[in-house]
Amino acid sequence: MAQMTMIQAIKDAMRVELARDPNVLLFGEDVGHVGGVFRATEGLQGEFGEDRVFDTPLAESAIGGLAVGLSTQGFRPIAEIQFVGFIYEALDQICVQAARLRYRSGGRYNAPITFRTPIGGGVKAAELHTDPLEGLLVQTPGLKVVYPSNPYDAKGLLISSIRDNDPVFFLEHLNLYRSFRAEVPEGEYTVPLGKANVVREGKDVTVITYGAMVHTSLKAAEELEKSRGVSVEVIDLRTLMPLDIDTIVESVKKTNRAVVVQEAQKTAGIAAEVIAQINEKAILHLEAPVLRVAPPDTVYPFAQIEDQWIPNPARVVAGIEKVLDF
Amino acid sequence: MSKPFYEVGAEEVKPLSVLSPEGTIVNEQYMPALTDDQLRELLRRMVFTRVWDERAVNLGRQGRLGFYAPVSGQEGTMIASEFALNKDDFVCPGYRDMPQIVWHGLPMYQAFLYSRGHQHGGQIPQDVHVLMPQIIIGAQILHATGVAMAFKKKGEKRVAITYTGDGGSSEGDFYEGLNFAGAFKLPVIFVVQNNGYAITTPFSKQTAAQSIAHKALAAGVTGVQVDGMDALAVYKVVSEAAERARNGGGATLVEALTYRFRPHSMADDATKYRTKEEEAEWEQKDPITRLRNYLTGKGLWSEEEEAKVKEEAKATVAEEIKKAEATEKMTVAGLIDSMYETTPKHLEEQKAEYL
Repeated sequence: MAQMTMIQAIKDAMRVELARDPNVLLFGEDVGHVGGVFRATEGLQGEFGEDRVFDTPLAESAIGGLAVGLSTQGFRPIAEIQFVGFIYEALDQICVQAARLRYRSGGRYNAPITFRTPIGGGVKAAELHTDPLEGLLVQTPGLKVVYPSNPYDAKGLLISSIRDNDPVFFLEHLNLYRSFRAEVPEGEYTVPLGKANVVREGKDVTVITYGAMVHTSLKAAEELEKSRGVSVEVIDLRTLMPLDIDTIVESVKKTNRAVVVQEAQKTAGIAAEVIAQINEKAILHLEAPVLRVAPPDTVYPFAQIEDQWIPNPARVVAGIEKVLDF
Repeated sequence: MSKPFYEVGAEEVKPLSVLSPEGTIVNEQYMPALTDDQLRELLRRMVFTRVWDERAVNLGRQGRLGFYAPVSGQEGTMIASEFALNKDDFVCPGYRDMPQIVWHGLPMYQAFLYSRGHQHGGQIPQDVHVLMPQIIIGAQILHATGVAMAFKKKGEKRVAITYTGDGGSSEGDFYEGLNFAGAFKLPVIFVVQNNGYAITTPFSKQTAAQSIAHKALAAGVTGVQVDGMDALAVYKVVSEAAERARNGGGATLVEALTYRFRPHSMADDATKYRTKEEEAEWEQKDPITRLRNYLTGKGLWSEEEEAKVKEEAKATVAEEIKKAEATEKMTVAGLIDSMYETTPKHLEEQKAEYL
């Protein structure tokens, strides 16, 4: 089996689907000739031709609108938004036009579009290049939101996203693009959307998280194991919409304690939703309030203090300890 | 003093008219090649649409329709532009452009259902090539570029047409759509119905551009201006644009100078921002009067024929609104099931509360 970085796995998923389905198109700013500012699409134009893998003029709303129009005629677009902050320019086309198409046409049209964008801090990028905007997307009915934490999941989830008949927003954490390699099968396989993964089994407390915070949480879990002999279970959500509440509830029923860790601002985000659903489905199993470890409700402070802003293992440890010692 | 060589410029444009407001030919060389039957059909559709509009306004007042944007005055542009296309061409309308998609094949009762907020309104039949009217001004312009790109990729000789107003031509999506269409040389026609007002804001406050048609220059696509109260002139420029698009000549921006005789919507009072004199002046240019005069002069139209069309329109509207009203109400459960191909578990649970 090949060892791949996450960005290689992402490219491999697109290669597999471009080869399998002639209706798959891949476009965005700089994705064609050069293969994207991060090289996520490098070589794909050469392999599949300019008709299927192409650069667009620089206009994010138009990239979204183009995808919607193409999708009504049987195409299955993969539309790249170059940096996450630029999705603001395209929110109407993503959150209104694509996400409502099935509803407003009573099912006559759907929008089998995969929007991709790099997201996530810690790489000292420019302003508005890495902001954690997943909450905006998760609040959009009709859209699915996927956020992988490793190469294997990234490839399998992206193939599932491209094949899905609803619009999917696929978020790629910049800090995970090349941070490590993992075994990734050749050819096609899928990881189902809407299914979380228990990445570390434990019995004392559950940490629910996603994206780069999976790795931060795993470090925190190891530290606590060493320092206090605590057994921490870590759940990687993988898909943020729809949320796999069953896996979460099953775990909480076992551990009776939970913490949600997210890279996005604290208020009204994924963590709030996870806690609300635990409250609805498992409150009598809890020995302590479910807490959030999350950055403050400020704008994302690019570059200089981002390492202090983004939760680190020490803050996750502190959050878990609060729940343990309640 | 002439401008320096390093300053861009553009010559003045004048709208094309084929008929005078009295219905006499003023530009024989631009007369479109329409048969007598086609001319009659064009007028029939315009007269029919005027009656439908009157009835729809009344239905709105009676609470039998939801949002409705009146169309009277703009039939010359709406009906003739759609009439210039093939049935397999694709229409991406703005909120006022219901007539184009109904004449393109959407059953009228579905237009009424859409106005009433019923999802079945948007369940466009498989062989009808339209999207439902867009509410976000300008968003449909980008959909048309996407549809046109699909036609080009498939090698089909079909075109996409999209409509907006003078206000819509100020939107970012308008510029982005034009620019994409130019850059990819797409078979798409952008029709801007310049009716002088974006709800209440007059065109004089909308742009400092010489004309909306001039905006085509920046995108490298063809731009034309047409007398939007002259159905034959509109037919001429749109069929030319379609021909150009089908033959690889790329996109056209059509600015049609027109007027809406009624307010923007049922909630709007046009007397607050338009003068009686101005309204009277535009009524003299009524696209129906103009084409009727021309056809009557040629012996192709009569009062009896007109009365027949009006009766037919009234009866059709009555029948179609009845059909809309008789359609079973949509349900919250059905709504929930329309969000995704397969309803996810959390929505199944929410649905259970409405069963």
